[in-house]
Amino acid sequence: MAVLGSINPILTAGLDGDRTWRLADYVSRGGYKSLRRIFADNLTPGDVIAEVKKSVLRGRGGAGFPTGLKWSFMPRALPGEKYLICNSDEGEPGTFKDRDLLSGNPHAVIEGMVIAAYAMGATRGYNYIHGEIWSLYERFEEALAEARAAGFVGQNILGSDFSFELFAHHGYGAYICGEETALLESIEGKKGQPRFKPPFPASFGLYGQPTTINNTETLASVPFILSMGGDAFLEAGKANNGGPKLFSVSGHVNRPGNYEVPMGTPFSTLLEMAGGVRGGRKLKAVIPGGSSAPVVPADLMMECTMDYDSIAKAGSMLGSGAVIVMDETTCMVRALERLSYFYYEESCGQCTPCREGTGWLYKIIHRIENGQGVPEDLETLQRLTGNIMGRTICALGDAASMPVQSFLKHFRDEFQYHIEHRQCLVPVDVQRAGSTFFTASA
Amino acid sequence: MPEIEIDGQLVQAPEGATIMEVAEQLGVYIPHFCYHKKLSIAANCRMCLVQVEKAAKPVPACATPATNGMKVFTHSSLAVKAQQGVMEFLLINHPLDCPICDQGGECQLQDLAVGYGAGASHYQEEKRVVFHKDAGSLISMQEMSRCIHCTRCVRFGQEIAGVMEFGMANRTMHSEIVTFLGRSVDSELSGNMIDLCPVGALTSKPFRFAARSWELSRLPSISLHDSVGANLTVQARNHRVMRVLPRENEAVNECWISDRDRFSYEGLNSPERLTKPMIRVDGQLREVEWSVALDYAAHGLRDIVARHGADEIAALAAPWSTLEEMHLLQKVVRGLGSGNVDFRPRRYDYAPSGVPAGARWLGMRIAELNELDTALVVGSFVRKDIPLFAQRLRQAAKHNGTRVTLISLGNDDPLMAMHEHVVVAPSELPAALARVVKAAALQCRVPVPAGLEAIVPDIPSEAIATSLRVRGRSMIFLGRVAVQHPHAVQIHVLAQHLSDITGANLGFFGDSGNIVGGYLSGALPSARNARTMFTDPRRAYVMLGIEPELDCHNPQLTLAALRQADLRIVLSPFISEAMREYADVLLPVAPFTETSGTFVNAEGRVQSFKGVVRPLGEARPAWKVLRVLGNLLNLDGFDQESSEEVRDAVLPPETLIDGEFASGLDNGIKLPIDPAALVSAKGVFERVADVPIYFSDPLVRRAPALQKTRDAAPPTARMSARTLAEAGLVAGAPVRLRQESIAGSGEAVLTAALDDGVPDGCVRVSAAHPATAALGDMFGTIQVEPV
Ligand SMILES: Cc1cc2nc3c(=O)[nH]c(=O)nc-3n(C[C@H](O)[C@H](O)[C@H](O)COP(=O)(O)O)c2cc1C
Ligand code: SF4
Ligand code: SF4
Ligand code: FES
Repeated sequence: MAVLGSINPILTAGLDGDRTWRLADYVSRGGYKSLRRIFADNLTPGDVIAEVKKSVLRGRGGAGFPTGLKWSFMPRALPGEKYLICNSDEGEPGTFKDRDLLSGNPHAVIEGMVIAAYAMGATRGYNYIHGEIWSLYERFEEALAEARAAGFVGQNILGSDFSFELFAHHGYGAYICGEETALLESIEGKKGQPRFKPPFPASFGLYGQPTTINNTETLASVPFILSMGGDAFLEAGKANNGGPKLFSVSGHVNRPGNYEVPMGTPFSTLLEMAGGVRGGRKLKAVIPGGSSAPVVPADLMMECTMDYDSIAKAGSMLGSGAVIVMDETTCMVRALERLSYFYYEESCGQCTPCREGTGWLYKIIHRIENGQGVPEDLETLQRLTGNIMGRTICALGDAASMPVQSFLKHFRDEFQYHIEHRQCLVPVDVQRAGSTFFTASA
Repeated sequence: MPEIEIDGQLVQAPEGATIMEVAEQLGVYIPHFCYHKKLSIAANCRMCLVQVEKAAKPVPACATPATNGMKVFTHSSLAVKAQQGVMEFLLINHPLDCPICDQGGECQLQDLAVGYGAGASHYQEEKRVVFHKDAGSLISMQEMSRCIHCTRCVRFGQEIAGVMEFGMANRTMHSEIVTFLGRSVDSELSGNMIDLCPVGALTSKPFRFAARSWELSRLPSISLHDSVGANLTVQARNHRVMRVLPRENEAVNECWISDRDRFSYEGLNSPERLTKPMIRVDGQLREVEWSVALDYAAHGLRDIVARHGADEIAALAAPWSTLEEMHLLQKVVRGLGSGNVDFRPRRYDYAPSGVPAGARWLGMRIAELNELDTALVVGSFVRKDIPLFAQRLRQAAKHNGTRVTLISLGNDDPLMAMHEHVVVAPSELPAALARVVKAAALQCRVPVPAGLEAIVPDIPSEAIATSLRVRGRSMIFLGRVAVQHPHAVQIHVLAQHLSDITGANLGFFGDSGNIVGGYLSGALPSARNARTMFTDPRRAYVMLGIEPELDCHNPQLTLAALRQADLRIVLSPFISEAMREYADVLLPVAPFTETSGTFVNAEGRVQSFKGVVRPLGEARPAWKVLRVLGNLLNLDGFDQESSEEVRDAVLPPETLIDGEFASGLDNGIKLPIDPAALVSAKGVFERVADVPIYFSDPLVRRAPALQKTRDAAPPTARMSARTLAEAGLVAGAPVRLRQESIAGSGEAVLTAALDDGVPDGCVRVSAAHPATAALGDMFGTIQVEPV
């Protein structure tokens, strides 16, 4: 498994062989013990939820919502089908942690799902895996077959009267299908478009039944919460930010890749683990939580620790834990142009502010980058983001606006320079020096 | 009930209502595009954003439930700013060229842009271009750049029409409304999407660029095409009808109309309109003055009475004639001393006693269709026969869990969840119903009605009987096929037994526009009916509003009778080729838009209307023509001053229920079951005749746009693979069809087509089309041979 480094690993501990995804390997690492314990010790669903609440596990999909609280919204006693969904769509630019969890430790996800299903009374589960990396889907199917054969999934799990059917479902590469309600539509065989909330999935989810959606990493953490205890899991992180976290570090670092560190680890430590800024250059800015998170200038970032609260204080979000590092060779206009293009292309097109607004944002930034900006553009960008944020069906509208607002806030001079001088503040040769593309072809 | 405050007004909100609904009830207007009261909530346009106290962000009123204590501000600066922001986004890619847009002047976007749009656009980038599409002859998709992606059209298809004709393809700014794999958009309800589209993206192809909305008069009228009696707004300019729109009436047509109701108006301006009276002189039709034509007609009728007796006169009214017209026609005939009058040209089988217990009607109010627990529909191509009843049943099945069962002659998809769908050959239809009767009797432990001894219930009939019996409110409906069937009376008798046994009520869908009005008008035979007046040919015929060669059960029989007659008087808005051949007197009468009159719909609702334009050429309202004819014949009781006077004589206002429903409606029948009706045909091919929706009456047959739709394709001889093989045919090859009747042998050559929805041993050959008019009975034996 491609974790390049870790501090006190939990999720990725022992993942160094090449068959770690096999059931036998997982069991040898203590896998499925938590599930067995539930039935051996007669833990009630309430006990499980209490333990998860104690751990202060917060959703790893981006919003950081407390998982135990989310689970308690499920109407457990309601008769009829109830669903648990694992969100492995992982489409946020910069994020590539779930795929490594799925390829290296799929049984942790399966065990986590079975435990979660037990806690919420879910009857059926789906793991929605994005379609871009097909081998992940195939591997998960294989792992599922193993788990089924061993009695961890299916009817009367481990001889108890608890049954839970689990299936893999693959997407086809639309970012929006990672949004939980678009994901539900997609599983139902419809076009992946977010639903208006309320009603929330806990009352009206997949096929209209109560449903809970959790991120892959969130669910993979669950077995460890039960095995080490909620308190210990919390302590493995930081108050209000329980547990360890996988960070996908990308951009201008020497060793881009996934790192598992305790919540609350200083950013500087993480940067060091990733080999520091490439070429020994100066750090310029960091997007600490995936492309939707506001950008944070270097000096501010160097003071942060990697947890929800600290990053929030710096005006950004921990999000999915995708750390995009930019050095001094980066043109911030160009960087924002690329981000805006992504949201423009990935808006589902359903609601007016996002459908029209993301396109408009991109077109303006594209113009500025190409030397055709006009002075009013910055004002217009600011105004448009205000008209998009909080006015859309799903959070993609906000996700598209926050980068624009933060880039303008922290790097306004670069935009102004572009408009006035019709060229980059960062000279082109400097940009090229920092680009693998140009250095590779040179 | 939650109490909420909207713009300072306190109001009790119905449980589960949204802010939008409560505001509407309060008369507070919240701007919106995607919201429509009949469609699911999409919340995608975001135009309806309002401020709610304590909410951090503006919320969409259409999707936010009203909760107790909520304080809503629809016009606060936060709300208005949000609305203006959305409006700006809606307009950036919208072509701002309202003066050349067909929707201009009646566009929701244009209207709201006046209130919420900025004076000038800040958008300096290139606008999106969306290519036009071909959606067939009814809906124009020429201007798809105007679409604002509200998905009303998509939701209409999914939810109301039951068939998703439009979808939204692609993501982002590139989202566009497309037809399904380029298919034409012409389900029987498609035109409603033109009304739903808030902008000029989907427009009426026939109306496009013909007029501006503000140049048009708008007058109320009633549709004649089916027994719904859909309420219409007819728009005209310079005494020419330019467009027909639904007039909302929740109890009748809601806010919908069928495409037939909407686009048939084109026929009003057909070149085949008869605009001058004509009489036959020396074998040639000549245009003459009204007085000459009427004199000729009166003289001719008197002459027949004098020389051969009044019994030699017969009159047949179209069932889409007005109540007043039918009443005066029978009055003329009866005044002359004849009892040969009818208004049911497609009927074959008539109850022996002649006059029924009452007018055959729906058996309940139309709006109650949505509330039924069980509906058994016998003999109907329901979607195409009565689109809006099908629509209501579809909603009922979906939202109310109504169990809908169809016993029919083809498995045409009714586009709704079916409890059971039994498909049988025409000759098996009575037996199929009899099985349900027997199953019900056995289940209810009541004596099995005499005559059903040989009947053995099967699994579907048991299930249908159970569904009628066990739960709530049940209805048995007899559709068009059931009343046009050779054993229509026995089918009625069986349905009556089923009703008696199960407690389900009995109703008739009605096979044409003013069928209930016909019963009430008195135009029922006291001697020969619409069939026997032709099997036993008369010397003089008066035809009102009908093309007998297409509209009678057996056109061949009718034509033979007309040909041998001495006098043929035709009152018609149109002149057909056949009329040129047989008519002796042609009197141009006004279609429904050019006369006042009354239609009584299936539920007994008496709906009077006025003419919306003046009669074309020398056409005159038929009620006036008949009144003059009565006077010329020196008959009593023809001095009415207005059509209202005629109506009030037939339906005295004091007899109306709630002031709007006719009394004297009764579906009861008391006759023994005849086991002979329960024997199915053996060893012969049977004809199954539907009346295709766009061939159903003279007006719609002349509406060009409708005639270009899929449903107006020329008839073929449709058979199952098995029937084709049995007849030695291959699909696509020509086939000779022959039917015998007392009038002789009739023939047609059509193309054989494969349709496994047709029961084995049957050939589906549509009626009401010139290509099949030479054939005989709608459901008789038919011979099939390769050409
Ligand atoms: C546009 C958009 C894309 C998203 N993509 C993902 C994704 O790829 N993976 C994911 O786990 N959550 C994604 N989310 C968040 C999910 O909607 C949801 O909040 C999350 O799966 C809940 O899991 P958690 O509580 O375990 O974090 C996305 C949200 C939005 C608005
Ligand atoms: S915000 Fe964007 S992605 Fe989300 S529903 Fe609206 S259009 Fe679709
Ligand atoms: S075509 Fe009209 S009704 Fe359909 S989505 Fe576009 S604007 Fe709405
Ligand atoms: S009317 Fe409410 S969002 Fe469109």
